[in-house]
Amino acid sequence: MTELLEIQDLTVQFESDAGEIEAVDHINLTIRRGEVVGLVGESGSGKSVTSFAILRLIRRPGRVKSGTIKFNGVDLASLSEEDMRQVRGAKIAMISQSPRTALNPVIPVGRQISRLFKLHAGLSAPEAEKRMLEMLSLVRIPDPEKRARQYAHQLSGGMCQRVMIAMALATSPQLLLADEPTTGLDVSIAAKILDLLRELGARTGAAILFITHDLGVVAEICDRVVVMHAGQVVESAPVRTLFNNPAHPYTRALVRSIPRIDRDVSMEPIPGSVPSLLNPAPGCRYVERCDWASERCRLSRPPLAEVAADHLVACYGYEERRGTC
Amino acid sequence: MPTLPSSPPVTPRPIPPSLVWRRVRRNPLSFTALCVIVTIALIALFAPLVAPYPPDATDAGSALQSVSWQHLLGTDLYGRDQLSRIIYAARVDLSVAFAATAAAVAIGALLGAIVGYRGGWVDNVAMRAVDAVMAFPAFVLAMGITAAMGNSTGNVAIAISITQIPAYLRLIRGEMLRVREMEYADAARTVGNPAWRIVLIHLLPNCLPPLIVQATLAMGFALLTMASLSFIGLGIQPPQSEWGVMTAEGASQIVTGEWWLFLFPGLAIMITVLAFNLVGDGLRDFLDPRMRGIR
Repeated sequence: MTELLEIQDLTVQFESDAGEIEAVDHINLTIRRGEVVGLVGESGSGKSVTSFAILRLIRRPGRVKSGTIKFNGVDLASLSEEDMRQVRGAKIAMISQSPRTALNPVIPVGRQISRLFKLHAGLSAPEAEKRMLEMLSLVRIPDPEKRARQYAHQLSGGMCQRVMIAMALATSPQLLLADEPTTGLDVSIAAKILDLLRELGARTGAAILFITHDLGVVAEICDRVVVMHAGQVVESAPVRTLFNNPAHPYTRALVRSIPRIDRDVSMEPIPGSVPSLLNPAPGCRYVERCDWASERCRLSRPPLAEVAADHLVACYGYEERRGTC
Repeated sequence: MPTLPSSPPVTPRPIPPSLVWRRVRRNPLSFTALCVIVTIALIALFAPLVAPYPPDATDAGSALQSVSWQHLLGTDLYGRDQLSRIIYAARVDLSVAFAATAAAVAIGALLGAIVGYRGGWVDNVAMRAVDAVMAFPAFVLAMGITAAMGNSTGNVAIAISITQIPAYLRLIRGEMLRVREMEYADAARTVGNPAWRIVLIHLLPNCLPPLIVQATLAMGFALLTMASLSFIGLGIQPPQSEWGVMTAEGASQIVTGEWWLFLFPGLAIMITVLAFNLVGDGLRDFLDPRMRGIR
């Protein structure tokens, strides 16, 4: 059986005045049916670009330079724009990181959802209205009839995110791209939104690509985690493995940078920042920030290699140190 | 077939009625101006009921009479009642200005939306064309168009419309460049909307506030252009009563001392144009979020 989503060797390039930037650099990523995959990395590591590439919505000055994205075994690049529109929203849906600005300010929120039913399911207006109210109740918005007539600015941030989730799940997509869906929300609301996503994902069987920089969220919701750094995948592992046995020095640093209250260890920030993607050096992009860096790391880029079942790492240092740490 | 919202909201954030009233009170000048416009429009609409005489009825016996109870604003060379003519002229002036502005808004906004959303070379070509038209003095352009096409009422409207289209095109194109980068534009794309729906239904309504302000201000300008065209004989033709035509006829009587003949039509133009400008200014303060709470 084919995987739900298979990204192979994807490179997304942006042109800037200073030169070309590969925001996503030869990444591979697989999502199985019903799986919740976390995509983790700092700001600017190419997470959101990846999700837009999946929807084929990279716009100038960006372009997909190489690679294939297969959805249900079909190469998305081969679809006509018309067919691609049928995929967007209907089979692959997206939840954005700032729900309030992602909702149109001049259209009542209910109408924004019911339109999807008309657009993708071809329902009549009253039917679409009925399904829309069902969706709003499903995401536990109290008094859906009243809320449906309101505008985005009249709803709270959490409420807006619920509307976004209702919108994303309206057409029962097979894949949900959740781009930092809890960033703008306070912790208690964020936790509720996560519960809701996990529950509804499980109920509808939708796979979720969960884009975040928050490892706490990853631990809570994901089955598998893919770590990105400067446009490259550096590690991919089941969530338990990643937390118990992180392999790549960047992942180890990420895990160490989680604030702990149960143990008396100080939080360690990662030194440096994401390197400039302009004229990247040939080697590993983490080399300037890495304790394990060697001459070999500077000269060539470590390939993503399987170190255990379902556990992939791109690091020379880890290979050499295996067993010792 | 998807339909537009039955009443497209004017502002991104609907303003509660109590707040509307509070703000209207803070801007009495614009409110008065709005009342003036409504009054003029009503008078024009019910001209046959309001006007004391038929506008084109000549009466050689009472030619060139000054202001009196019988003829409140005097009579002209042919003994026609000036008040009645000014009232009937409001019909022509307002309807031509409105038609011209409405056509310019519709065409300019649509083209601007397409060009702004599409970007790239389409945008480049369109904007250079706009620059070319705008580099030409608007009034000279309007003169040229009516002179070339003949000066029927319809052609005057078309000429005024053409001079105004570039302004709306540029305005909406700029707004579109802004809103197409908004997250709700991305959101509309991610759910598979076709491009025309994204432009017309999701983005264009978000560009409306500045368009409304611009259109109101332009109404005044359209009126002025039309009166000026008529004044120099390239617009509405006599014997049709029109403010510009009447001012021109009156101007020839200045030396002989019949002051009422150019003063009153001129005042009609001035008051109406001023009213539209004041309402436009008021609307701008009202709709611009940055101006909220100031003053």
